[in-house]
Amino acid sequence: MLKSLPLRSGLISILMLTVFLLVWHAATLPKPQDLEGVSEEYAALMGGGTQQSGLPGPLEVGRTFWDKLSDPFYDNGPNDKGIGIQLAYSLARVLSGFLLAALVAIPLGFVIGMSPVMRGALDPFVQVMKPISPLAWMPLALYTIKDSSISAVFVIFICSLWPMLINTAHGVASVKKDWLNVAKTLEVSSLRTALRVILPAASPTILTGMRISMGIAWLVIVAAEMLVGGTGIGYFVWNEWNNLSITNVIFAILMIGLVGLALDAVFGGLLKLVTYRE
Amino acid sequence: MHSQAFLKVEGLAKVFPASRGGQPLTVFDDIHFSIDKGEFVCIIGHSGCGKSTILNVLAGLEEASRGVVIMDGREVYGPSLDRGVVFQGHALMPWLSVMKNIEFAVKSRWPRWSKDKVRAHCQKYIDLVHLTGHEHKKPAELSGGMKQRVGIARAFSIEPKMLLMDEPFGALDALTRGVIQDELLNICAETHQTVFMITHDVDEAILLADKILLMTNGPEAKIAEIVVNTLPRSRTRHDVHRHPHYYRIRNHLVDFLVTRSKEFASAVPADYDSRHPPLVRPGLAPDAEPSLEGERLRPLRQTVHAVS
Repeated sequence: MLKSLPLRSGLISILMLTVFLLVWHAATLPKPQDLEGVSEEYAALMGGGTQQSGLPGPLEVGRTFWDKLSDPFYDNGPNDKGIGIQLAYSLARVLSGFLLAALVAIPLGFVIGMSPVMRGALDPFVQVMKPISPLAWMPLALYTIKDSSISAVFVIFICSLWPMLINTAHGVASVKKDWLNVAKTLEVSSLRTALRVILPAASPTILTGMRISMGIAWLVIVAAEMLVGGTGIGYFVWNEWNNLSITNVIFAILMIGLVGLALDAVFGGLLKLVTYRE
Repeated sequence: MHSQAFLKVEGLAKVFPASRGGQPLTVFDDIHFSIDKGEFVCIIGHSGCGKSTILNVLAGLEEASRGVVIMDGREVYGPSLDRGVVFQGHALMPWLSVMKNIEFAVKSRWPRWSKDKVRAHCQKYIDLVHLTGHEHKKPAELSGGMKQRVGIARAFSIEPKMLLMDEPFGALDALTRGVIQDELLNICAETHQTVFMITHDVDEAILLADKILLMTNGPEAKIAEIVVNTLPRSRTRHDVHRHPHYYRIRNHLVDFLVTRSKEFASAVPADYDSRHPPLVRPGLAPDAEPSLEGERLRPLRQTVHAVS
């Protein structure tokens, strides 16, 4: 018997993947068609007696993976760029929107968390803004900013803001009173208390908020780029749909998943660094 | 004698404002006492009498509703590095190592010191509480007793004029508590530290304190009397209970906690003056009547001897 839990889980994962690929393969195999009594000309029109399935099979998608990933950075004009370039555009927008949001949300979260008055004052706004779908801001952004690419960044900014703001405020507000009292009795200045006591105490909560924000931002960028067009992985998906290239769409979907996984793993690693045991 | 006292508490009261429909709650009222330099003072009383609030007022973490605290000729207002605090729940920062926790305090006290000087100073206090070799461990890797020792080292490391301790050993098992009490006794003897400490443990109070403040039950708790510990200062945990004064003082304290703390409010002695709570020396009182209580204690005393 295999003792190691990860090994057993891994084997089951591989098994499930294999079964899925086999079923996929079988379901998309060309089917022989019943063309008896039909003129030869018509049979040829119908694909010579076999019917191409609407969905590409795993082998076809695999070939696309190989082709696309072996040359990810080519650029043959606006509608034909390598996947690496498209992902880089998307990542650049996500990161800039996300960083801007962090610059606003973390200091503001400190203010809200440290001052009950400010929390009460800002809470109604946060509660109203939070449930708004970030894409609803798009028309307003396009109208005021007048630049589609920056509008996408703005949408990312808006959607990353709330989880970071709420988590920072919560983390700061729930710092143990004992630690703050230690700082008080040592006559530590407010700034030093914020940086040396509150920040490390709240950073696991803050980073969790950043991780949630990054997850949402990566979800939203695809939709935002479908709307604004031009570049990015979202635009790539929409463009390939217009080309009726389902293989490329499947490829792009998987790439979005893999990049999302990598982004989450980065924040997972950072979270591990700042987490403390009591 | 009160004029040159190091710390003076005068007319201290804490009143919580009325909750909806209720009466305002006076936790304690008209508290007067003083502490001389180098004195170790314990306060005992039941939960809810406001001991922790008094300590927090002395620390500057809470404000009293009435009254003043004067330390070294100055009114206490807000927290200060002059008063080190050992918190009940050790209050170490879990993301910092033992050394870094103490460094945080030392750097706050002497911001201009060089790195090496800060290190050496912290090491001295880590050695003092016998944690040498554990400098780089995080609090989560330490036992409860070790954590509390770090808390004590941190409070001593800033060389405060006065040390405030809120039931520092409450959460520890009896054996660990004993060891740390001994250490504390030694450190205080070496440094002549002035200490104000809250405890629930009568034996701890007799071992450590020069004076024991007895607080009545709240609301409107008062200091009923001040017990002077007449045991020699050279006492240790191993011989304190052999001294003839020990059980006289102990009985007096237990007696107070069990009955008199409750009854005080309804039967205030005619000559009681809250500005000068009576100083009593039960250790010097002759063993009055060999009452039932005395009979019950004799075998107990023998078993304690046998164990030690």
